[in-house]
Amino acid sequence: MKTFILRRLLTAIPLIIVVTFITKALLVASPGNYLDTLRLTPSISREYIAQMERMYHLDSNNVFERYWYWLWPALKGDFGYSFTKSASVWSLIGERVPNTLLLTGSALVFSWLFAIPLGMLAAVYRNRWADRIIGFVSFFGLSIPSVFFSLLMVLFAARTGLFPAGGIHNQTMWDVMTPWQKFADTLWHLVLPMIVLGTIGMAQYVRQMRSEMIETLSQDYIRTARAKGLSGWRVMTRHALGNAINPLVTLFGFSLSALLAGALLTEFVFGWPGLGTLIFDALTSKDEPLVMASVVMLVSMLVIGSLIADVLLAIIDPRIRLE
Amino acid sequence: MKREMPDPLKHHEQAVLPAGEETVPTDSVSEPNAAHRGRSPSQIIWLKLRRNRTAMIGLYILALLYGLAIIAGFVAPYSYDTVRNDLSFHPPMLTGIHFRDEEGRLVRPFVYASLPVNPQLATYRNDTARYPIRFFVRGDSYSILWIIKSNIHLFGVEEPAHLYLFGADQTGEDIFSRILFGAQISLSIGIIGIIISTVIGMIVGGVAGYFGGVTDFALMRVVEVLLALPSLYFILILRQMFGTGMSSTQIYLNIVVILAFIGWATEARVIRGMVMGIKEREYAIAARAMGFSKTRIIIRHILPNTLSFVIVTATLSVPFYILGEVALSFLGVGIQLPEASWGNMLIAAQSNRYLTDFPWVLTPGFFIFVAVMAWNFLGDGLRDATDPRTLS
Repeated sequence: MKTFILRRLLTAIPLIIVVTFITKALLVASPGNYLDTLRLTPSISREYIAQMERMYHLDSNNVFERYWYWLWPALKGDFGYSFTKSASVWSLIGERVPNTLLLTGSALVFSWLFAIPLGMLAAVYRNRWADRIIGFVSFFGLSIPSVFFSLLMVLFAARTGLFPAGGIHNQTMWDVMTPWQKFADTLWHLVLPMIVLGTIGMAQYVRQMRSEMIETLSQDYIRTARAKGLSGWRVMTRHALGNAINPLVTLFGFSLSALLAGALLTEFVFGWPGLGTLIFDALTSKDEPLVMASVVMLVSMLVIGSLIADVLLAIIDPRIRLE
Repeated sequence: MKREMPDPLKHHEQAVLPAGEETVPTDSVSEPNAAHRGRSPSQIIWLKLRRNRTAMIGLYILALLYGLAIIAGFVAPYSYDTVRNDLSFHPPMLTGIHFRDEEGRLVRPFVYASLPVNPQLATYRNDTARYPIRFFVRGDSYSILWIIKSNIHLFGVEEPAHLYLFGADQTGEDIFSRILFGAQISLSIGIIGIIISTVIGMIVGGVAGYFGGVTDFALMRVVEVLLALPSLYFILILRQMFGTGMSSTQIYLNIVVILAFIGWATEARVIRGMVMGIKEREYAIAARAMGFSKTRIIIRHILPNTLSFVIVTATLSVPFYILGEVALSFLGVGIQLPEASWGNMLIAAQSNRYLTDFPWVLTPGFFIFVAVMAWNFLGDGLRDATDPRTLS
């Protein structure tokens, strides 16, 4: 297991190098750079801009040169300072990553928590009304655009006042809150974006769970378990569930990229200060060090996520051996 | 933006089966249904699909939406950029169309003209004069598929009355008309994108699967990198690279190409797997023995046998392109105003005040939802219909 994890992490290194190189190449190829906005300000002297351009190596159009100027310090752990926010990129990213992890993580828990029982229910009551309703709900989640769903939720929050209509915590009261209140307040703000992301994720898990469960329930060992006189509940939880759940874990590894994409749009609509909005702003202002470090972060998150999926699979399915 | 990531191995197993059967119709063991005997594979698929109610509903909805998109100019009472600043955020008039006059007599449907009461709050009151809804009226000029140019609209009212079936946006443009014109952009992106990515996917998958070895290794590493990318972020980076100073047509093409560039990888990987299986079948070996060129074997003998599967994946992938356009336009880096797209129409809803006071700005979102749902219905139905294990 250890060697497997190590090897997977090592193969991520060339991937990160390729992806960051592509990103750098695209940034170099795109017209203009961050200094263009400074050039428009008459109070900033030409010499200063030229000096900045040399300092940040923005004067060269050679992709390899530019990439090297980023890679060499990055290998030593120095990812540079953000152009726009005058802070080290890791401090900016470090601020946002927990928020994004909180959102995506809770959405994942939400979707698994509902998908597994609903998928089992749909499989057991196949082609009955319960199955039809669950099927409709999963089609709904599969088809609703995250932008539209988020906007509907914001509308709901603003109209009813039951939930905050955006942000991650109450700006005015935050400083005087006790830790418990802070925790509750953050959870309160989390509910709606979590439902949006969670429902969308749930849809595909329910469909997968249902079809896997139908297949599992027709297996011989299920009939054996029933013949032994076990209760239906025990057959479902102890014999069927464990076998039907494996493909869901695989699906989890595949759907991480979609989850991050959905998180970007949800964060955007809800004003959730996560990684997505940070990267979007960095891109529009051509904040190169920030974009590069964010890409490293995103790819690492995807790699680690799919690694977790593989390890989980090996833990729950004894037939799989990682070596 | 979400995309159903198909489990490649699974599809591979399922898909190789029908591919083989289509070329060996005499193999009737796995096709015991008498109704299917003597019919071509595509006829059987169509028969199965017709019996699937949800799939047919999806098909009808899509036919309606795409049909309306083509004749958008005719059906829409106004053009997508007809501005009426004095009628900013006018509410929907679906209930404002009167069929009876004050005495309760049934009359020709009519509306009242609106007079602004408080422009800041977008409140309006009805004028007293009636304006009947007329059919085949002359109005803004438009063209259908760049060929038929006209200014006759299916229905409309005379000025100063204005018909807002789904309400108005900030500049008083008719949301109903903009949805119809927006459909041209948002819906066609799905079709064009999927054609491009399917062609690339088939070529790359076919070449990698048939030649194997170094070619396969190199191409599959490219595919893996593309699949490992956080897709939406990369689409944004690519959009950034091309900058913003482009005409609307260029932006449109740019978005399609970018989405297709990201989207082909999944298809290539699956097709590669299928091709690897098919190339060892007798007819492929026979074709090789007859000395046909490799290009001919791939294009004429192998790829056609992946077709039923390719159509299913393509149908299920169309939402990726529709939602991709919506995401980009919503984030402000896609289709720009005054052009209408379902994504950029939702930008207005980002302001909390507009969203709560004028919730009809969300109408395009409902259309996106319906279109994506219809594609999913159809794709699911097609998957069942092409699966040889379902026998109905």
